[in-house]
Amino acid sequence: MSGHGNMNLTLKVWKQKNKDTKGKFETYQAKGISPDMSFLEMFDVVNEQLISGNQEPIAFDHDCREGICGACSMYINGRPHGPKGGVTTCQLHMRSFKDGDTIVVEPWRSAAFPVIKDLAVDRSSFDRIISAGGFVSVNTGNSKDANNILINKDDADEAFNAAACIGCGACVAACKNSSAMLFVSAKVSQLALLPQGQIERYDRVLNMVKQMDEEGFGNCTNTGACEAECPKSISLENIARLNREYSAAKLMQDKVN
Amino acid sequence: MASSSKLNAKIPEGTLENKWTKYRSTVHLVNPANKRSLEIIVVGSGLAGSSAAASLAEMGYKVKVFCFQDSPRRAHSIAAQGGVNAAKNYQNDGDSVYRLFYDTIKGGDYRAREANVHRLAEVSGSIIDQCVAQGVPFAREYGGTLSNRSFGGTQVQRTFYAAGQTGQQLLLGAYSALQRQVGMGAVQMLARHEMMDVVNIDGKCRGIIARDLITGKLERHFAHAVLLCTGGYGNVFYLSTNAMGCNVTAAWKAHKKGAFFGNPCYTQIHPTCIPVSGDHQSKLTLMSESLRNDGRIWVPKKPNDTRKANEIPEEERDYYLERRYPAFGNLVPRDVASRAAKERCDAGYGVGTSKMAVYLDFAANTERYGKIQVNKLGLHNVSKEEVIRLGKEVVKEKYGNLFDMYKQITGEDPYELPMRIYPAVHYTMGGLWVDYNLMTTVEGLYALGEANFSDHGANRLGASALMQGLADGYFVIPYTIGDYLSEEIRTKSIPTDHEAFVKAEAEVQERITKLLAIKGTKSVDNFHKRLGKIMWDKCGMARNAQGLQEAITDIQNLKKEFWSDVRVPGTANEFNPELEKAHRVADFIELGELMCIDALTRNESCGGHFREEYQTPDGEALRDDDNYAYVAAWQYIADSNFELHKEELKYENIKLAQRNYA
Ligand SMILES: Cc1cc2nc3c(=O)[nH]c(=O)nc-3n(C[C@H](O)[C@H](O)[C@H](O)COP(=O)(O)OP(=O)(O)OC[C@H]3O[C@@H](n4cnc5c(N)ncnc54)[C@H](O)[C@@H]3O)c2cc1C
Ligand code: SF4
Ligand code: FES
Repeated sequence: MSGHGNMNLTLKVWKQKNKDTKGKFETYQAKGISPDMSFLEMFDVVNEQLISGNQEPIAFDHDCREGICGACSMYINGRPHGPKGGVTTCQLHMRSFKDGDTIVVEPWRSAAFPVIKDLAVDRSSFDRIISAGGFVSVNTGNSKDANNILINKDDADEAFNAAACIGCGACVAACKNSSAMLFVSAKVSQLALLPQGQIERYDRVLNMVKQMDEEGFGNCTNTGACEAECPKSISLENIARLNREYSAAKLMQDKVN
Repeated sequence: MASSSKLNAKIPEGTLENKWTKYRSTVHLVNPANKRSLEIIVVGSGLAGSSAAASLAEMGYKVKVFCFQDSPRRAHSIAAQGGVNAAKNYQNDGDSVYRLFYDTIKGGDYRAREANVHRLAEVSGSIIDQCVAQGVPFAREYGGTLSNRSFGGTQVQRTFYAAGQTGQQLLLGAYSALQRQVGMGAVQMLARHEMMDVVNIDGKCRGIIARDLITGKLERHFAHAVLLCTGGYGNVFYLSTNAMGCNVTAAWKAHKKGAFFGNPCYTQIHPTCIPVSGDHQSKLTLMSESLRNDGRIWVPKKPNDTRKANEIPEEERDYYLERRYPAFGNLVPRDVASRAAKERCDAGYGVGTSKMAVYLDFAANTERYGKIQVNKLGLHNVSKEEVIRLGKEVVKEKYGNLFDMYKQITGEDPYELPMRIYPAVHYTMGGLWVDYNLMTTVEGLYALGEANFSDHGANRLGASALMQGLADGYFVIPYTIGDYLSEEIRTKSIPTDHEAFVKAEAEVQERITKLLAIKGTKSVDNFHKRLGKIMWDKCGMARNAQGLQEAITDIQNLKKEFWSDVRVPGTANEFNPELEKAHRVADFIELGELMCIDALTRNESCGGHFREEYQTPDGEALRDDDNYAYVAAWQYIADSNFELHKEELKYENIKLAQRNYA
């Protein structure tokens, strides 16, 4: 498999036909890779060659290829999104590897993310968690003038930092318990920090956590692997905030009941 | 010129300022009980689709949403960077609905419909209100109010933003509204589903055929109305700033079933993108226009100069924008800057390994900023190195994230070396022709967002696509759809074993079988890249009659080759991304031909459409208002056979004038 560059690599890639069959590693040679290629462009080269050799290409999710849509999701040499911090798989470039390297590529592994094919997994559990409460209940056309809501700049900035989550699921893949706490806490924090989120504050956290549990994500034991692997550097402080919100909500619930 | 009898734009009577208000208070309504039995399909979950679906479900309609990504949140709108316009006049700088309307018409080089653009400007303020209410974390001032920045083509500050991730934050707001309706059971969300065709019964659109991308199964879905919110077709050029999956399939299928295609040749090419680095490149990345404020663009004076940038002395550099446009210099509009870069590279002055790039150099301004810092800090006897170090700090504060992105992709440090940039395809102003109600020429079939021929004429202003997508979805379609659905309350759900559904599904099945059976020698990407090259070379930044004629022949040949030699691996009944791509590229090939035909027919230059034969002595776009002040709406007749219908553009409120940037 040749692509006009001078790096030669060995790839061990997880191949799995669908969610009901067992997968296994296949070995491929990626030849002539240029250090300027992105990791996914390296896969394009390999796939192009597989197709012309009448073999089946490797399936993977991707779309924007600039680190914002959250579609790409490869577990590379034991790390979600690969060896470089703060980037998604599509933003990883081949200059992060050396000629002759062997690279092991797997899908996200979590009971809540079943494999669809090869490296593509089903992350619809994240959408269902948002449906459970990750919103402000305001219908179109009901809003007052935007500047009637004044928000402290620091709060707005912090809410924005939490809202920067791209929903990729690397946090789950990184966690030995497959916990989705970083993802859930990012949304809970964004809305807890803003005045618009106050009315539904407690219902939101209870409902989202309940849905998270039902989807089969594991518990958080504060190992911090999620934060270390998150391509958007979503902070662990959000998990602390989620825990506080959750305790407060429980307390309120007990009082009411 | 009179408009074609086949095109009724349905622009309401009355003065420009009163049209929309009057329309809203007189349009037919559907009562709540009837809404519950009316079904609407929304194809696409970007800003246009998510906002429309959420709003219509809130109103009580039964809604189904389709997208090809694994989650609606990943629609391409997520990638928009700069911001969203709205005529709020929060900066007290004289902004108004009229000014936004005027800037948009002028920016579009006088090729957009007045009534639609005015409505867009009218509802723009409500968009910001809605998004803030949803918890979208826009940038704010210390006093807690919303912050604004400036964008091109305007003299006011009306752009709202969330760092460089405005599209992401707006889409997540609309997505949360959508997911709320999903949770309540008012919307059925079908992610990883691709629309393969529309189904018309007795002249009205009554549903779609979709393919479940995981199982490959074809499905039939009925609806009283179908909304295509499927985005733009910039990927016809293969390389663009669009996401990999952006495609024209939904719009093209609708076109072949009777929806006219408006102004297909209007495409926007953005001057500052990271250039192509090799054949392997799969997409291009935008470098924000704001960089041109502090960067100087140049190429070497000597052709094929192989020296490094910092080895080329000042007097051997050609600051060609400053030379050609002394008044505007590096800040000429997008189309002008793009064409000038192409001209230099074509003439052999390009830089970098590919020679298809120019320098965007921050050295002069870094030093200038450094000197300002020295004065500010009251320093004396400072070395040049120290001045530059201080300057770099200032540059970092302004553009740090863009410089990081550049470094990640190219491996070069833009603080030390000038950036290499080149124009890239970015946006398509053309799209399905729609009337004032956003309905296509097929009854019951609508187009919203970038998928319609839109409010941007021949050139879109920055930060106006997000505005238009959300205007269409939140504030226009919820009203205009009533005009049609109020007549449909007696239409019962049509069972999907109706012959029209059966036939449409069989056609899709046949095409899939055909694609898989070719078993040729070349991959889908091979064809896509070659199509992209034809389009880029002959229907790109500059076009001429001869090139366009050649392109049409080239594309027809490519089409024949595709249908006899493409290799699509795998089977129909599985997750098969190559098969998905094959469908999309087959449609891009057909669209490419129509784009060239449209460009060839429009014997003038306007906005993003630059015909080399029609330019002023100093190389600017030369419009021909007497003969071309119309929307070109193309009807599909048969393979490679399209009929032109004209919608005359009447300017009753704005005087047509030549844009002047010299
Ligand atoms: C890099 C970049 C930066 C930009 N920055 C800005 C900016 O700062 N400001 C601005 O105003 N504009 C900007 N734009 C333009 C703007 O982002 C787009 O025009 C706008 O987001 C399009 O929104 P949309 O809802 O029409 O379509 P999209 O967001 O493209 O959504 C299309 C939807 O249709 C679905 N779809 C498509 N085809 C099918 C099919 N056949 N079957 C099923 N589903 C289908 C997709 O799944 C997706 O959900 C930018 C564009 C780019 C490329
Ligand atoms: S928290 Fe980080 S790792 Fe987890 S989904 Fe969001 S962006 Fe991805
Ligand atoms: S492909 Fe969008 S984040 Fe990687």
